[in-house]
Amino acid sequence: MVARYLEERGIPTLCLGSAHDILLAGQAPRSVFLDYPLGHSCGKPFNEVNQYDVLTKALEIFEAADKPGHIEVLELDWGSEDWKIEASSTAASDTRQPRDTSPQFQYPEDRDAAIESGAVKA
Amino acid sequence: MYVNYMKTIKERYLKLGYQPYRWFHAGEDPAPFTPLYKKIDECRVGLLSTSGAYSLGQSAYHYKDDSSLRSIEKNCSTENIRFSHITENYLENPRKDPNCILPLGQLLRMEKEGKIGELADQVFSCMGGIYSQRKVLEDIAPNVYSRFLSQEVDVALLVPM
Repeated sequence: MVARYLEERGIPTLCLGSAHDILLAGQAPRSVFLDYPLGHSCGKPFNEVNQYDVLTKALEIFEAADKPGHIEVLELDWGSEDWKIEASSTAASDTRQPRDTSPQFQYPEDRDAAIESGAVKA
Repeated sequence: MYVNYMKTIKERYLKLGYQPYRWFHAGEDPAPFTPLYKKIDECRVGLLSTSGAYSLGQSAYHYKDDSSLRSIEKNCSTENIRFSHITENYLENPRKDPNCILPLGQLLRMEKEGKIGELADQVFSCMGGIYSQRKVLEDIAPNVYSRFLSQEVDVALLVPM
């Protein structure tokens, strides 16, 4: 939605994503799909060679893309496909957080830092 | 076979007692298209990640349709990048190496090597798990647009999560 909004107003965009169905439904102007687990659209953790490869390929596609709504698939393998079993499972562990308006800090000390900077009220 | 995230996430949310998630479908609406008039190596690149990234000292996101935006300095150390997102289960590795989803390291390297003109001084993040499409269209999209406009970016890289 944001990509389409920006594009309509003259900013060329590229979406780099790891959920093919979501990219397909959203019909962004330019999309690159990387078949990695969600959360890794820019590559494998601590693997700079792989991350650089992903970004380089994505930007090459950005420059060359001329078919609005087309999704270009990056030919890169995560390795084993075992992750897809868990990713497709709806029996997820219950990591439920309250859907309320309290900020969900990653670490408790982040809250202290945000209070100190004035971003959040004590 | 690609993972069917829309179905999976919807079912997960239902099991957790959340309301059914409403995905955006563009339908038959053709995608708008603005051609690039410059080579990428001449472009100022803007970055938006919907992974719920924030930097130390900023507020985290809340999980009730938080439509706020964080501006993160491009030279922010990855040690000071944090994440909060309604689908926390996808954040395990980004929390160890933010470059998985917020590619500051690689874009700065490309800037140094002249593969891109430059990375805009700040990059942006929001929290992508938003039920309200109205909020995305009325809050997030115009906010991102005006930030990119004031940065005078030539192109925008969007990393959805």
